[in-house]
Amino acid sequence: MKKKIYWRLSLICATVILAVVFFLPNTPAFKYMPEWWKETMPDKGIVLGLDLQGGLHLVFEVEGDKAVEITTERYTSRLKSLLATKKLNAKVSANGLNITVNPSNDAIKNIISEDFPSLALIESQNGLVYKISDKEARWIKENATDQALETIRNRIDQFGVAEPTIVRQGENEIVVQLPGVKDPKRAIDLIGKTAQLEFKLVDDEDKAAAELPQSILPSEEENLLKQFAEKIPVDDEILFEKKVNMETGEVRKIPVLLKKQASLTGDILSDAQVNIDSRFNNYYVSLSFNSSGAKLFEEVTGANVKRRLAIILDNTVYSAPVIQEKISGGNAQITGNFSMEEARDLSIVLRAGALPAPMKMLQNVTVGPSLGRDSIEAGKIAGIIGTIAVVIFMIFYYRLSGVIADFALFLNIILLLGAMASLNATLTLPGIAGVILAIGMAVDSNVLMFERMRDELRAGKTPRAAVDSGYHKAFWTIFDSHVTTLITAAVLFQFGTGPIKGFAVTLSLGVAINLFTALIGTKSVFDIINIKRELKKLSI
Amino acid sequence: MIELIKNPNVNFLGKKYIAFVFSGILSVIGIIAIVLIATGHANLGIDFAGGTSIQLKFEKPVVLHDIRLALERGGLKDFDLQDLPTINKILIRVKKSEQELGQGSEKITDILRQGFPENKYVVDSTTVVGPKVGGRLRADAAKAVAFAVIGILIYVAFRFQFKFGIGATIATFHDVLAVLGLFYIMGKEINLILVTALLTIAGYSLTDTVVVFDRIRENLKLKQRESVETVMNSSINEVLSRTIITSTTVLLTSVALFFFGGEVIHDFSLAMIIGVIIGTYSSIFVASPIVLLWGGKRPFAKK
Repeated sequence: MKKKIYWRLSLICATVILAVVFFLPNTPAFKYMPEWWKETMPDKGIVLGLDLQGGLHLVFEVEGDKAVEITTERYTSRLKSLLATKKLNAKVSANGLNITVNPSNDAIKNIISEDFPSLALIESQNGLVYKISDKEARWIKENATDQALETIRNRIDQFGVAEPTIVRQGENEIVVQLPGVKDPKRAIDLIGKTAQLEFKLVDDEDKAAAELPQSILPSEEENLLKQFAEKIPVDDEILFEKKVNMETGEVRKIPVLLKKQASLTGDILSDAQVNIDSRFNNYYVSLSFNSSGAKLFEEVTGANVKRRLAIILDNTVYSAPVIQEKISGGNAQITGNFSMEEARDLSIVLRAGALPAPMKMLQNVTVGPSLGRDSIEAGKIAGIIGTIAVVIFMIFYYRLSGVIADFALFLNIILLLGAMASLNATLTLPGIAGVILAIGMAVDSNVLMFERMRDELRAGKTPRAAVDSGYHKAFWTIFDSHVTTLITAAVLFQFGTGPIKGFAVTLSLGVAINLFTALIGTKSVFDIINIKRELKKLSI
Repeated sequence: MIELIKNPNVNFLGKKYIAFVFSGILSVIGIIAIVLIATGHANLGIDFAGGTSIQLKFEKPVVLHDIRLALERGGLKDFDLQDLPTINKILIRVKKSEQELGQGSEKITDILRQGFPENKYVVDSTTVVGPKVGGRLRADAAKAVAFAVIGILIYVAFRFQFKFGIGATIATFHDVLAVLGLFYIMGKEINLILVTALLTIAGYSLTDTVVVFDRIRENLKLKQRESVETVMNSSINEVLSRTIITSTTVLLTSVALFFFGGEVIHDFSLAMIIGVIIGTYSSIFVASPIVLLWGGKRPFAKK
């Protein structure tokens, strides 16, 4: 009997010590521990969830179809240049996911099937209509998510966020968690920007260009596009340059008629840096091209002297300077009234590369740091008040046995915090509620036992016999009632989002630990009291 | 020994028809609430309905009406406003925003920055949920409830007899419906946190029911001569003080959370308070009578 108790007591002590060691990093005391302790002992503890420490939780959907479209456009321009070098006179145009080649003849057909095996011929009646084969399209879509993930990781690394989480979810979604970000809007812009850099020639020769208005209000954009849809050449498109009046803050848009086909794209970049124009104190981003890019840029500028070349980022024109002479050396710049942050972020996204496809934001949960702080404070106060209320109630109702139950309650709290710390579990706001509820439920098992013991006492048993049989009779009831809570906690864990998962974790840990403290802790105390001397009366 | 009630001897099962009427009304309200929620006629939270919600904390007190006017002037349509005047916080919600996600929230903060230049604010939180995620969260919540119910049914049926499983499940369902119905009537927001509270209530109320069932099972074995109804009544009476005390301790902590836990889990704690009270009532007045009605006179002898 004695041996059994000592064994149980040492088990309790060991778990308490472990719990304290694991929880220590969450207390101010950890700072004052010796170096060897900090190096060898657990140093992470309970992690605060985004809802408590503040930060961003973003879910993006990578638009895979757009990636296929972009690849289709790339194939179109390669196809054009291939047919041109083979001296075959053909008209090639991309239309969404289709590439149409005219005229339809066997020579062209053969070249395409030989050099572009991933293009599938879907029609040959009115010209040759190709599209990227299903297999290739699927691969592009899958790859797009992976590439986007990699690009986002790159951008965030360069932006500098401590402990970001960037994971893929399902087929085409990316979840980004950035704890403690101060400027959420900037971070969202940085991550979500496609950063598709293009150089396109301005079509000033077409008569539609002369009809375009000087500038319009942003609200008139749709109307203008509708109005000009029929007037402009098939190979052209209208994009806008944004102009902000520095004094009034008014935004106006300048329409520019451009060749649809990009002369150069962002994949020729080797570097992008922020620079300052000392004359106007303006920030701009200077671009360096890789060697093949530099050669291409020289060719394009050489062939189009006196024409305008527009620099376009994500379908917005940034500038459209006139090419004065052939530009060699592989440098260009993007100007446009940037603030230092804007220029810096732009250079980051250009260096990290473009996303393979645009992304749609599905969810954005941003929590400011002050709300999290307030929540933790409120949780602490509620926890302390709730605990005190339960402690007093138990002593009031069960007297000395209530003190034993309260001892089990504190044991429960310590072990719960220790268990969470040992798992590096994430504490969320609902999780705090879970801890506090667990405190309320912790005494349940003791109440069950005490009531049983009272029944036994009423039936005329001695205190020791009452303790033993009350304990045994209550066991299965306690077990059953705990399992039911565990079932719902498991379901919540499976289907819940982040904060609710946190709740499920604390609740289920609380319940499991409660079983331990009630069955080992409380019983041991009763046994110890009983061993000293046979109790005449049970204070219950 | 302090005792809540000395040797209670209440004929709980005798009042089963009164209880059934009361519970029936609660359940019907709950079912109506579910139908209305499913058809989109409820005050669904942003997480389920999709849209934008922003919580702002101002430096100085603000008048809700002024904010409303400023937002309307700024061209914002179809929004809800709510304030927590003691801490100068306001909550703005725009449901099913047609605008590009993210831009909606910027527009709101811009309008308020320009509209109240002398009263600065910090953005406490922004939540933007697209329709796709909203739909997924709704489906997940429904699945969670379904799996919890099935899990509970299986466990209780495994540990007890099937009819106890039915009784426990109906009682649990009743509690969830009642809390949902009451929340609907109070015009509270139906959101993920509430579903979490509902499932917690389900687990907790079941705990209560299991304790009562345990005693009934034990007494049925001991007192084979008495009628099932008498045994059930005396069993409920025997565990009555326990039922009330355990509920009291959970209530104590829930009330502490309600008053001191902060605004984010305010509704969660309210749901817990209501749920614990109803769960206690149902384990006495709903679960056992159903087993009695379902189980007939004395088919309990075997186990």
